[in-house]
Order: sequence, then C-alpha cells, then structure tokens
Amino acid sequence: MEIVYVYTKKRSEFGRQCNFSDRPAELHVDILPDPSQMDNYIERNPCDTPTQCAQEMSEHEVNTERFQTETRGINHVEGGWPKDINPQEMEQTIRYRKKVEKDENYINTVLQLGSLMEHCIKQNTAIDIYQQYFEEEEASEVAEEQPSAKTINVFRDPNEIKRTATGLSWHPDGAKKLAVAYSSLEFQRATKDMSFDSYIWDIENPDKPEMTLKPVSLLVCLEYNPKDSHVLIGGCYNGQIAYWDTRKGSQPVEMSTVEHSHRDPVYKVIWLQSKTGTDYFSASTDGHVLWWDIRKMSEPTERLILDPSRKGNLDNALGAISLEFETTMPTKFMVGTEQGQVVSCNRKAKTPAEKIVCTYSGHHGPIYALQRNPFFPKNFLTVADWTARIWSEEIKESSIMWTKYHMTYLTDGCWSPVRPAVFFTTRMDGTLDVWDLLFKQNDPTLSLKVCDESLYSLRVQDNGRFLACGSQLGTTTLLEISPGLCTLQRNEKALATAMFERETKREKILEARHREMRLKERSRSEQSKEEEAKDVDTEESSEDLVARAEKEFFEVVEFELKKREREEEKSQSKADSEKEVSEEKEAQDLS
Amino acid sequence: SSQSEVEETLKRIQSHKGVIGTIVVNAEGIPIRTTLDNSTTVQYAGLLHQLTMKARSTVRDIDPQNDLTFLRIRSKKHEIMVAPGKFALLLSLLFFVIYLLNPDI
Repeated sequence: MEIVYVYTKKRSEFGRQCNFSDRPAELHVDILPDPSQMDNYIERNPCDTPTQCAQEMSEHEVNTERFQTETRGINHVEGGWPKDINPQEMEQTIRYRKKVEKDENYINTVLQLGSLMEHCIKQNTAIDIYQQYFEEEEASEVAEEQPSAKTINVFRDPNEIKRTATGLSWHPDGAKKLAVAYSSLEFQRATKDMSFDSYIWDIENPDKPEMTLKPVSLLVCLEYNPKDSHVLIGGCYNGQIAYWDTRKGSQPVEMSTVEHSHRDPVYKVIWLQSKTGTDYFSASTDGHVLWWDIRKMSEPTERLILDPSRKGNLDNALGAISLEFETTMPTKFMVGTEQGQVVSCNRKAKTPAEKIVCTYSGHHGPIYALQRNPFFPKNFLTVADWTARIWSEEIKESSIMWTKYHMTYLTDGCWSPVRPAVFFTTRMDGTLDVWDLLFKQNDPTLSLKVCDESLYSLRVQDNGRFLACGSQLGTTTLLEISPGLCTLQRNEKALATAMFERETKREKILEARHREMRLKERSRSEQSKEEEAKDVDTEESSEDLVARAEKEFFEVVEFELKKREREEEKSQSKADSEKEVSEEKEAQDLS
Repeated sequence: SSQSEVEETLKRIQSHKGVIGTIVVNAEGIPIRTTLDNSTTVQYAGLLHQLTMKARSTVRDIDPQNDLTFLRIRSKKHEIMVAPGKFALLLSLLFFVIYLLNPDI
C-alpha cells in the first residue's frame, strides 16, 4: 500500500522564501487491526519457554611439558660467624665462644632453660612413653588380592630416531640402575643418522640417562658383570664385543678384534663363573659360540661350532640366538638356535664332537629366550614363535608343558626368581603376560598391555618385584608387580615339584608308548621285507620302487577289470541259459 | 661463680639417662657448646632453627599473646627437645637441643 503525498508548486513561485505556518496534525493513514486474521491462529496456553541461569563455561585442554627435574645438593657450612673471625681458625673460634659464654644474658638464659629442660627430661624418664600396652597381634593373612602390575617409570630413547631396546641388564648391587642396549634388528633398517649410543639409566630419574655408552656399532645385548658392578660387556651388531668400565667413561675400554669375532650380530653374551670373574661367552647366528677373557680381547679362548652332526662343519651349523648358563651347573650350558632347536652342551668335553650332548626340537621358529628354572634346574623355559614351552632335561622328544598358540609372536620370557611356578613373557602386540602355573595353566594369570608397539625384551630384577621391558621404539617401562605374585606361597615348592614331575612322567609314558609302536611297526615291516627279499633284490632304488608300484597298480586294475568281465559273462550266460530253459519250457508247453 | 653454674647445669643435663647429646646455639646459628661432632651439630642447628621459628610463628598467629615455651619432636628412634630462649632479646637466642634415646631399643 503506497502512501503518497503530492506537493505542487507553481513555476513562478520558485525561489520565493518559505513561509512556514503551524497547522494541526493530520491523520493520513489509519490501518485498523483485522479481526478475521485471528482465525488463522490458535492461542497456545501454556507456553513452554526454557530459561537457564547457569555460568557459561568453555572447555580447554592443557598438557604440560614433561617436567625436567634435577637433584642438586647444598653443602651446609657453619655460618653466622662475624666477618672478622675465620671459622677455620680454631683459636679465633674458641676465643669467640669464650666471649659469648661470659655474657650475662647467656648465663641467665642457660640457667633458666636448663631447669625447664631438666623438668621435661625427668618427665620422659618417669613414664615410659614407648611401653607396649597391647601385645602385638598376629599379622593377619594377606588378603587375596587381584594380581596386578603397576608402571613405575618409563624411560624413553632420547634420540630423534628411535631404536629398539633389545637388551636389558640390571645392576648387580641393589638394582638401582638399568643398562639398556639399543639397536635395530630389522634388516638394513639402521640409517646413517641413527645414533649408536646405549644408556645406563638411574631408576629414579627417567628424564636423563645416567651414563652413555658409545660403541662402534649398535649394541644388541648388554650384561653387567655380577662380580664387579662397574664392568659391562656388550655384543655389537657387527659381531664385535666391547667391554666398558663405568669408572673410565663412555668409550669401551677394549673391543674384540674384527677378524676373530663373530660374523653376524652377537645376540647374547653371558658372564661365566670363574675365579677371576673375567670370563664370558657369546653366541651369534653365524653358528659359533665363543669363549673370551676380558683381559685378552684380541682372540677368543675357545670356539665351538654348532654343528648338530658333530663334525664341526660350518655349513651345517645352526645359528645361535640365545644362551643359557646357570652358575649352579657350571659345566653345562644350552644354546637356543634360529632353527628352533635347543642344543645342550657340555663345556668340559675333550673333543669338540663331544661338546654337543643333545638337542631338543619342538619349536617352529627362532628361540628368543631360554632359561632354566632357578628352583628346578632340570626344567627350562623356551620362548619362540607363538608359544612358550617348558622342557625337562630328560625328555628330548617334546616339551612337558606348553602354552596355547597366541595370536602374535612371543618375543622374550623369563622365570620369576622368587616363585618357582611363575614366569613372564612379552609379545609383539605390546602385551606382557604373567603366568602362574599353580593358579591357571591355560591362560596367563595377568595380561597387561604395556604399550602400543611390540615389546622386544624383558628382564626381572633379582627380588622378583620389579621388571623392565623394552619396546620397539626404545621405550623401557619399569613395572612393579603386586606382592601376591612375588612372595613365595606356602608349599609352593612342593606343588611345583609335583607338577613338573607329573608332566615329566606323562611325557615319559607317551615316549615309551611311541617307541613301542615304532618298534612293532619296524618289526612288522622287517618281516615282510624279509619275505620279499627272498624274491627281489634287497636294495631297491627309489626309481625301482616307483616302477614296481606302478606295475602293481596296473596289475590290480587289470585284475579287477577281468574279474568284472568274467562276472558279466557269467551273468550273461546265466541269462541266456535261463532264456533257453524258459524257451524250452514254452516250447514244451506249446507242444 | 655463675659460669661454673652454667657448666654444672650442662653437665647435669648431659648425664641424665638416655641423653645422647646437647647443643647450645646462639642467634646466628653458631654452636657455642656441643657434645656432638661438628657436622652433626651444624646440621641439627640449621634444621631445628627454622623449625623452631616456624613453630613459634604458628603459636603467635593463633594467639598473639601466646608464645612458644618448648618444642618436642618424637620419632621412631629419638626425641629431640628444643627450649628456645627469650625471643624478645633478639641478640641472644639460645636453644638447647637434646636427644633422648628410646630406652627400650
């Protein structure tokens, strides 16, 4: 609707001054409400109107930077001496003291406080405040608690390019330090920029390693000398072995010569029990096990080639990937191979052929961990492929107990040093399993996801309470296990003994049965062979055997065919004869 | 003389059953008299001085008319007793530090 007002002016009146005059207001438009519009609407009663009287909030996330702490100590020195007196000078200090003692204030105060002090002392001696009023109650049994493990600290590889933590070793005294060896075991993944350093960490300080070890090549394994806590040996990726003395700095004190060292990465080094405490031996996938003495690293004192046929043939040799040595059995040691066999050896044998005593096979892949049970040295644990197996020395055919096949590879494992039936394993999906054989045998008692990447190494401290595991990105996690899993239970030893013996007996019986069955078969096949030998030549080459088998097959087929033909003929002739008979009969009937 | 009285008092205190050591320290933290070795003395003097000041200020904060007369610290192995001197005379703040051994151990 347009509201228009027309204003006209004569042309002749243009330019004339304006004469304004008042006039009353004029109503131009009045739009009244249209009641018919109401019909389009419905009144709404009641009406819901939300209101909120609350503070407006916004959410922000903040993550602080890792707090670096450093502990520093302050040395308190006696202070307060006036400037003119040198506190080191005995004379001056004594003179000063004497002066103070002569002061009247001093005397009064001392006398006053002295009487106060005496009063309190007498109070103490009058009543025995530490007297036991109630007899000590018997410590109640530890309540059955869920087994658990708690992460105490996480040590990360400080370098930009992360390497795998492949070797761990606890400090022998008090275990306040952990040595971690970093390397890259994947084929040719080590880049030029990758740092070679390995570190010794102080458990309390995860920010910065306490000491750096600088080898010539990446360290695959690292061990503290149990007799001398300052000495460490490490096996390198290039086959050499280096030894460090922590008092002498980060560079190795000595390295083994390249010509006499291994040709493949040194996967394991173990210190030996000896009077001098300087012997150790090393193993590598090049098929050799070498013995060394720290004092003379230029060449090994002894060599052993892991040839299962005992001929010392390097081409046949098995690659060693783990070693086992118990100080309680110093003449024997075991080697776990890449091919999945465990070779048990005797150190004191006279000839190299006699060194290898026997082999245990049963695994499908390299044996990453091998350890005797600290309480039952006859039983040992192997961790390889997807299972962990427990073996008894006497039974060579198979393991006595084994875990189920897991979804991922098992990478490392060890027994608990305080409980005979407990062992730990780590997996490639970053899980740590704690197995308690007296509690549950099919599944781990506790399964803990430590990190997202694979775990590669595991080491339990001697008190059984702490364990460290190293992962693919170089993160070493320190875990504390609940007391239930690291205190010896009542009759645990007896139960574990019974269990191992029972399983060993079972395997023995099975072995005996197998042997019997094999003997029977052999004797049977020998008998039949004897009969045949009368007709046929004894030695048949495989080709002859094949030809013979073919011949026999065709003979049988022909025989069957002929038989069928004969039967058909018979039935035909029968049918014919019957026909004839019936025809005759008919003929007879007709006639 | 009064000096000998002081000697006597200190000796008497030291001779009580269970007392391990006595230290007399002045306001500047200088041990005037001690029956313990120097490093231990210095350590105790430094630590307890601060604690006593804190205790005193606590008492005064609660009630300004009040003042700390004695401080006992009992631990598993010992008891430390501190008698602070007259704080009004800032120049000579003396306190005694005595250890009492638990006689049962």
